[in-house]
Amino acid sequence: MMTAANPWAGAAMIAAVVLSSTAGEVLTAAAMKSVGDLDEIRARSGLKGAIRAVITCPLFFAGVFFLALAFFSLLFALNHLNLSLVGPAAASLTVITNSIAAKLFLKENVDRRRWTAAALICIGVYLLAH
Amino acid sequence: MAHERLLPRQYMILGLVAICAPLGDACLSRGMTSLPAISVLHPLTLIAAVFTPWIALGIALLIGFFASYLTALSWADLTYVLPATAFGNVIIELLSRLWLHEHVSWQRWLGVILITVAVGFVAQGPSLTVHPEEAPAEEEARA
Repeated sequence: MMTAANPWAGAAMIAAVVLSSTAGEVLTAAAMKSVGDLDEIRARSGLKGAIRAVITCPLFFAGVFFLALAFFSLLFALNHLNLSLVGPAAASLTVITNSIAAKLFLKENVDRRRWTAAALICIGVYLLAH
Repeated sequence: MAHERLLPRQYMILGLVAICAPLGDACLSRGMTSLPAISVLHPLTLIAAVFTPWIALGIALLIGFFASYLTALSWADLTYVLPATAFGNVIIELLSRLWLHEHVSWQRWLGVILITVAVGFVAQGPSLTVHPEEAPAEEEARA
């Protein structure tokens, strides 16, 4: 395991998981906002219409690309680091980076309520992993 | 940022987001541990694993998760949907206590309580940020 020998490499692996996951989540969210309410599209044009609306959106594929990158980064990290380190670190940091990215790129109103929830989730995930 | 409360159908979608991911992961884990060790030299055995009942069920549940996650993101903010995905951890913990009768430490119960409080916190607020340039169009659609 690399944690003790080279902490910077470990941090870089966790950062890769967190950043690619955040990029994937934000791009997917942006794609779905540009597509519109899927329930309404399904009511209007059926399931095929809803699937067509999603798969004709280039942002969706960009999101899926980064989510796949996050998955393989996670596999790579798990190959070098302990699950008990990677799991909670990636899960809790992703909540924070997603909140920041949602505010910056999706212009979501991340108010005090949502920041508090993000912090509580971080601590909660940490406690569940220990 | 003003938006009405979600419809019962939309809460159901968020419930599916929270339930399908941990159940899918649990099915994949159950399926993979019951298989003999798979060597990187024989990757094709992974394809055969896909057709075993537990793994097929896990994949079906994860497809259900992704579909409900995408649907939720089409009418709610990412920061509103995120706590629902985190609530999956709570479901795993409850399942392990109630179904598998595993010992759950007080730290884990504290984690469960914190995540549940976080979900309740976010659920009390608006689900979608309405930007000023979108507001007139939305009012028009409502009229």
